[in-house]
Amino acid sequence: MTRTAAIMLLASLLLWGAARASNGDSAPHAEQWPASEYRLDNGMRIIVREDHRAPVAVSQVWYHVGSSYEQLGRTGISHLLEHMMFKGTAKHPPGELLRIIARNGGRQNAMTGRDFTVYFQQMAADRLEIAFRLEADRMQNLILDAQELAKERQVVMEERRMRVTDQPRRRFGEHFNTIAYPASPYAWPGLGWQADLEAITLTDLRGWYTQWYAPGNALLVVVGDVHPERVVRLAKATFGKVPARATTHPHRANYLQAPGERRLVMHSKDAKVPYVLLGYQLPSAATAQQRDEVYALMVLASILDGGKGARLSQELVRDQRIAASAGAGYSAVARLDSLFVLDAVPSNAEVATDPLVKALREQVQRLQIELVDTETLERAKNLLLADHLYQLDSMFYQAMQIGMLETAGVDWHMLELYPAEIRAVSAANVQAVARKYLVPSRLTVGILLPQTPPNDETQTGHGEGQS
Amino acid sequence: MKGRLIILTLCGLLALPAARAAMPEIQHWTTANGTRVYFVATSVLPIVDLSLVFDAGAARDGNKPGLATLTSRLLTDGTTEFDAGAIARRFERYGARVATNNSRDTARLTVRSLSASENLRPTLEHLIKVLNHPTFPAAALERRRAQALIGLRQAQQSPSRVAERAFAEALFGDHPYANLPHGSISGVQAITRDDVLAFHDRYYVAANAIIAIVGDLQRPQAESIATRLAQALKRGSAAPALPPVPDLKKAKIVRRPFDSSQTHILIGEPTISRNNPDYIPLYVANHVLGGSGMVSVLADEMRAQRGLSYSTSSTLITAAQRGWFELASSVRNDRLGESLRVLRNILQHYAAAGPGRQRLAAAKRNITGSFPLRLDSNQDILAHMVMIGFYRLPLDYLQAFPKRVEAVSQPQTQQAFQAHVDSSHTVTVLVGPKAVIGDVSAD
Repeated sequence: MTRTAAIMLLASLLLWGAARASNGDSAPHAEQWPASEYRLDNGMRIIVREDHRAPVAVSQVWYHVGSSYEQLGRTGISHLLEHMMFKGTAKHPPGELLRIIARNGGRQNAMTGRDFTVYFQQMAADRLEIAFRLEADRMQNLILDAQELAKERQVVMEERRMRVTDQPRRRFGEHFNTIAYPASPYAWPGLGWQADLEAITLTDLRGWYTQWYAPGNALLVVVGDVHPERVVRLAKATFGKVPARATTHPHRANYLQAPGERRLVMHSKDAKVPYVLLGYQLPSAATAQQRDEVYALMVLASILDGGKGARLSQELVRDQRIAASAGAGYSAVARLDSLFVLDAVPSNAEVATDPLVKALREQVQRLQIELVDTETLERAKNLLLADHLYQLDSMFYQAMQIGMLETAGVDWHMLELYPAEIRAVSAANVQAVARKYLVPSRLTVGILLPQTPPNDETQTGHGEGQS
Repeated sequence: MKGRLIILTLCGLLALPAARAAMPEIQHWTTANGTRVYFVATSVLPIVDLSLVFDAGAARDGNKPGLATLTSRLLTDGTTEFDAGAIARRFERYGARVATNNSRDTARLTVRSLSASENLRPTLEHLIKVLNHPTFPAAALERRRAQALIGLRQAQQSPSRVAERAFAEALFGDHPYANLPHGSISGVQAITRDDVLAFHDRYYVAANAIIAIVGDLQRPQAESIATRLAQALKRGSAAPALPPVPDLKKAKIVRRPFDSSQTHILIGEPTISRNNPDYIPLYVANHVLGGSGMVSVLADEMRAQRGLSYSTSSTLITAAQRGWFELASSVRNDRLGESLRVLRNILQHYAAAGPGRQRLAAAKRNITGSFPLRLDSNQDILAHMVMIGFYRLPLDYLQAFPKRVEAVSQPQTQQAFQAHVDSSHTVTVLVGPKAVIGDVSAD
């Protein structure tokens, strides 16, 4: 219940993505990525993917709600509710839910993202029913109790202190998002603002639960050593009993797509090392008008940062020696417009940050001016394609891919189209998206600076006892 | 076009056929020049994962903390033929992923490749060249040194990393385990190219290595791969055993002022090695106490009952020499005193009484029932093979583990905990604001 999947833009975790062929006739052929799909009478959807490598399964219940569904004043309510979902029902008092899964040899947790809240169990495949019963119960019978809320609110505040307040880079990331997303709910943190965490009431939580936790707003994803018919039978007997309820869908608009170039300079007394972060606001797989552009942006990210042999490491780290590390990433899987980010840490604390920003922008300009050579393009694509296969090693991640796409509003069949779409990206496509989207009017430049630059270890103090 | 060919081999294999393995069967042999090899054949996914593991971790740093990790990173930074960028691009061209990991005991080079021969063959050829002719260019050393120093500075931003370092120093004193894999600023500053060359020459040798391979291969292919990798290394000799880890004489409290909104707490002491007969009972005892996530005693008391902490857990870490017990928590500053009282009470009570019978039964069901989850991917299997191979555990360790857990009794867990986690000898590290951590006493 605990990791907020704060889908931070700092990590370019999600370079895979999603889009349908943009023109029907010449649609690249889909590769088999077999999964079965069902819909229960109460509206709950089910996607099952068989993977018989080990006698285990992962079961994930996804709700279409996350921090981007929230409003200022009540930010963090999705995540706080996620914590409260472990507090029990009439049938399962607080703690019981955890103990049942544990003594059945299972693992469980939950994550809240911008566009989703997901609850999951990993267990022996023959114990799926136990997970389904618990999830179906808390989908409709959660008890929200004032005393439990009082404690859990403290726990969430500790989570915030640990993950953000005491982590200069994460705190900087929060500040950055408020500026990089000037008119988007992605502006606020998944964990919520501290003042809102203090203000959320039991009544607010009840309202949020009633509004979003309904079978018609939920998706069950199962991957593992299972047979789809049996999964559906079990789901009918458990989730199928939850009464249908009308669910609302949020207004989904993108404002200010090219707001103008912005700059954030943040001085932090805790930071010991400077950091620069550039973010271009642009379409996601869900909002792109031309979805082949999404694949071109993925390839572009791989050209810059597919591996240590790619351009950013080669040029900024090894040739120019101005960066200790440099990266790029595109978060394609998002319900609203997203970011393409570039970042770098200077090669030593004395390197000024402006040359780093300049060097990153020159990399972007180069992609706009010159067509990428064939060797570089093929290498970037080969890495994306190989990674797509490597990801099959984890059942959990297969389920995550399906759920994240679907809650972003993108059909999971994109996973089948992905290899052919990546192969189809040309050097001209890459140049075109660089020219169209990586432009100053979409850009936020962020710079994190230590308040006083460290010179030696005696000055920086903590932790070094060797000298 | 070569590139096109490679891409085509990636097609059409995304469906996962039925081929369920109950428990991976580990095959083992030793190459002619003394490298121990561990192999598991799994044909479901068209991928191969392999690790080359050297007894060349931070415990071998000597008086230059950071030397082992720097050497391992420099291994892929230059050959007589290629520079660092060319080496990386050649792997990437074939879709291979290469990573190095360093612990106190080991330096590990891991390669993940597609198993199609158009990909695997050139990847291995390239890997062999890298192993055979590393040149450790002086310029690469300077770049890696600067990166390491930035990393160490960044670690000073994090109260948990500061706590980790203070804990290692207090627990191990002059023993080599006091060195964290990232080393220290003064250590990294002092490393010369000659140090790196000597370290590589001594430790990156066939007799000091193991190879673990899992994936879509037959035994003869795996044998040939292992032989060629081992031949790329000088034969050499195994590293000598590390000195024994001394006992702590008395309880100690270490304070590191840090202007953070939480105080980080680490409590622990050296315990036992993995081949100690008490290992399994102690493992189970720790699982109940703090090793089982939200249902553990520590998480229940600190988080669910009191809302003091988001994260409180305990870990039993094993190593070539004695391992150690580590309780980790982070709490709000104004509740530090209360938190320490709760933690110390739990430890004292637990040493006296051990786990309750119900909790013990549930923990044993959890460990044995969740065991297949630890082995449900090639990467998980590889990690276990490395553990079995490096620490010379029996090949049937995985098969036997659940049965050994099943056989543990309540008195055994209680006695093991009492014998090896003696709270009158523990180190307590506190990292938080000076005014907060200065107040609390050592007992």
